[in-house]
Amino acid sequence: MLSRAARSASRTLVPAPGSRGSRQKHSLPDLPYDYGALEPHISAQIMQLHHSKHHATYVNNLNAVEEKYLEALEKGDVTTQVALQPGLKFNGGGHINHSIFWTNLSPKGGGEPKGLIPLLGIDVWEHAYYLQYKNVRPDYLKAIWNVINWENVTERYMACKK
Amino acid sequence: MLSRAARSASRTLVPAPGSRGSRQKHSLPDLPYDYGALEPHISAQIMQLHHSKHHATYVNNLNAVEEKYLEALEKGDVTTQVALQPGLKFNGGGHINHSIFWTNLSPKGGGEPKGELLEAIKRDFGSFDKFKEKLTAVSVGVQGSGWGWLGFNKDQGRLQIAACSNQDPLQGTTGLIPLLGIDVWEHAYYLQYKNVRPDYLKAIWNVINWENVTERYMACKK
Repeated sequence: MLSRAARSASRTLVPAPGSRGSRQKHSLPDLPYDYGALEPHISAQIMQLHHSKHHATYVNNLNAVEEKYLEALEKGDVTTQVALQPGLKFNGGGHINHSIFWTNLSPKGGGEPKGLIPLLGIDVWEHAYYLQYKNVRPDYLKAIWNVINWENVTERYMACKK
Repeated sequence: MLSRAARSASRTLVPAPGSRGSRQKHSLPDLPYDYGALEPHISAQIMQLHHSKHHATYVNNLNAVEEKYLEALEKGDVTTQVALQPGLKFNGGGHINHSIFWTNLSPKGGGEPKGELLEAIKRDFGSFDKFKEKLTAVSVGVQGSGWGWLGFNKDQGRLQIAACSNQDPLQGTTGLIPLLGIDVWEHAYYLQYKNVRPDYLKAIWNVINWENVTERYMACKK
């Protein structure tokens, strides 16, 4: 029996197209496969809950937060704009991440991210430049390239590749 | 010669009033005193850079970020909306924080508060000296860039000391109402005090505008 995601929250246009601040509501994308398609690696029960409950909640909450954000923006209420940020990041991020995720999965699996090994760092704490460059950090950046020790950066790079 | 902040970026109305997403651009507030007014505690050079460069940049960047945010919102581009958040928090917080800070300072400042605020300080911290020690320690102890704050906890009806990182605005991130902020970014003191942040803290108590802090406190309690 098919258990394809049936929640087709359609895209609704809010205010007239082209008017400032108009936006479409976000909607839950359909899965490109049945809930049971990834078994035995990921169960159908997980896929159904994950998609139709968790991801759906991110979508609904994202729409709600964006509405509140627009109101705060119109009122010039920067305090509320900032207070809403965690909700925007969490639910917006949740929607983006899961939308990508469903397409990243198939019965054949995915890859892994890698960490960064530092080779060259540029300190931009104000104490590193202020007495000379004051607020003009870009001038400091222009200057510092004259004193980069490429021998050292190369040593570090070679050590990584072992 | 007066060197009063002359940058009077006027408020410009963007799109028609009342239309969705319309907003006024933010503008740099004038300082209520000359750049040299807080000497010898905070130098004129610092005040001029701090106000006319640092704060001005937050204002300009805030306006730019809000413009981009509105565009992204219209296009349903959530990726960009999230990517813009740090810039909104940083520049929006920077504008809020510095706007409060300039009013928290005065050439006629220093000493101790009086009346209800003093009573609240004694109640919530034990004594004015203990409060001063604590806010100083918290401000000195900020790792990296940030602010020390005296804030008002509306839920509990009491004063509270807190630190925030970078330009995170106190109210937006903790819910506390800001009364008195101490900027401990290096740009606030480095030219004069170098790495010796504690000396800056000692000096700044001489220019705290208790009238303003009291006004803010009284406004909270309504």
